Amino acid sequence: MSADQFLQYLISGLTIGSIYALVGLGFTIIYAVTRIINFAQGEFVMLGGMLSFYLISAAGIPLGPALILSVLIAAAIGAIMYLLAIRTARKASVVSLIIITIGAAVFIRGIVGVGWGVDAVRPPYFTGYKSISFLGAYIHPQDLWIIGTTLVVVVLLHLFLSYTMVGKALKACAISPVAAGMVGINPRAMALIAFALAAAIGGIGGVVMAPSIGIDFNDGFKLGLMGFVAASIGGFKSPIATVIGGLTLGIVVSLAVGVDWGPFTSAYKDAIAMTVLLLILLIRSGRLAAEERES
Amino acid sequence: MLARLKGKWTYFVIAALLLFLILIPFNWSLGQYTVLMIFIGLFTMVTVGLCLLLGYTGQVSLGQATFYGTGAYISAVLSKICGVNPWLAMLIAAVATGAFAYVIGYPIFRLRGNYLAVATLGLGVIVYILLRQLGPGGPDGMAGIPYLSIGGFVFDTSFKRYFLVWFFCLAVLLISQNIVRSRTGRALRAIHGSEAAAESIGINVDQFKVKIFVLSAVYASLAGSLLAHQMSHISPGSFSPLVSIIIVVMAVIGGLASVWGAIFGAATVSILKYELLLGFGEWDIVIYGLILMLVMIFMPEGLFVRLRELYGRWRLRYAQRGAET
Repeated sequence: MSADQFLQYLISGLTIGSIYALVGLGFTIIYAVTRIINFAQGEFVMLGGMLSFYLISAAGIPLGPALILSVLIAAAIGAIMYLLAIRTARKASVVSLIIITIGAAVFIRGIVGVGWGVDAVRPPYFTGYKSISFLGAYIHPQDLWIIGTTLVVVVLLHLFLSYTMVGKALKACAISPVAAGMVGINPRAMALIAFALAAAIGGIGGVVMAPSIGIDFNDGFKLGLMGFVAASIGGFKSPIATVIGGLTLGIVVSLAVGVDWGPFTSAYKDAIAMTVLLLILLIRSGRLAAEERES
Repeated sequence: MLARLKGKWTYFVIAALLLFLILIPFNWSLGQYTVLMIFIGLFTMVTVGLCLLLGYTGQVSLGQATFYGTGAYISAVLSKICGVNPWLAMLIAAVATGAFAYVIGYPIFRLRGNYLAVATLGLGVIVYILLRQLGPGGPDGMAGIPYLSIGGFVFDTSFKRYFLVWFFCLAVLLISQNIVRSRTGRALRAIHGSEAAAESIGINVDQFKVKIFVLSAVYASLAGSLLAHQMSHISPGSFSPLVSIIIVVMAVIGGLASVWGAIFGAATVSILKYELLLGFGEWDIVIYGLILMLVMIFMPEGLFVRLRELYGRWRLRYAQRGAET
């Protein structure tokens, strides 16, 4: 692999890694506040992408407002999911919650498949389609949008969690729901905010990625798994750790696919990511078990 | 008195079920459903394994289609390409799949809850991709897999295969029922209740989890082998991660901790998928999603078990009223 090629794979790794990071952020936020792994997280990315396409092409809404509206609708669906499916299942066991969120994922996927069909759609690029030459490699403007948006989201999220009252309340809830309740924070309201926020960030991911590679009703599952890997590399701890996890995963997958290993074509991308996931989980299994006992 | 009555009723229900199963292929109006019934039998086998694991032991697996797939592929490759006798191929597939589950079982069951779910799901994705890429025929799968036969008797019609599949299915159900009612079954329920408590009374928690995982893998492998030798054509799509989720739907409908409920779950989903919603696009997964959410929110013990409970309550009230008059 030459230096140019390496740079090219690095750029595509950063791009795809940014999307994994955005999905992973959703997992991290919901897990931190509620100790729930939301298996429907990837579906919000799919929803964001599909919504933006139909708002622009079918409803004829201009690009900017359409994108914002897509993200807001995704957030609203996240909130509704929490209210209808999670909050009603009081005192549900971990296994029940896993199955409930999987049910939500399958339901959302099915509704989109029924309503909008099973074909992939591709909204227009935000700005132009001419690749920019950069140190011998090429970078697409949409890739810059993806990477840039991810950076902005993580910075805003960090500021939100550190400097606003609601953000601090979320953090308090993540540390101890009981103690947070004692100082007047309503853990359920925080859980609702966490679900809406996670869905919104997922929606943002879908909105920025859809023009670049297209999206169909089935994509949520895979994106969700990749986001989970990103979040587990980051240890489900902070937003920054999750973003680093996502970017690392993106680069590893991109380079692994880029290297000419004979039969190892790009079809193995997901298999590589899953192997990374299993390795991380098994290496950390002792600590993870202790964590589960605690919660 | 009530317990004895309940015992009699169970045998009566099982006898009625057997009679119904035997009569289906002979009845000309129900005979058209023979192929559907074959699928129900195969899925019941896979679902029973998951019920033992998820319902009784409390360990979630989102990767049961993996073992269904390895069973089918090992059987198909050995019998078609290597020319091994199909029965032997089926046996080798079951042993190999069981060994595979055993080897990954110990590390994977160090994980719990959410992480176990994701790890099994990830394993399913890896095996699915490998089947698509390295399996003979790639994504299209392989055809021309030999039929099973005993002496000169070849299982080449769905009428014959129906009895073969349900023979295996009922055997699996009976074995599972015996396990559930044995010392092992009580150990599994203890693990479900509290791992720490189970361990403190001398139950080797990890070992039991892995044992049941291996057993569920062997069930799924047998079902996969039967599928391969039935259809004589298999493709990776039948063993995708979505299929693993559908198996969870079957277990959830069946009532997680119920061996016989597995038939009910497998039948409900198969009838939905292959009869009622055939040609209705993605409506089937919409309904699976709704079932998963509604059942887990309102009756976490599972639909079948809940219905049985309601029936038991109704019978009790009926009996009391009878005693009063």
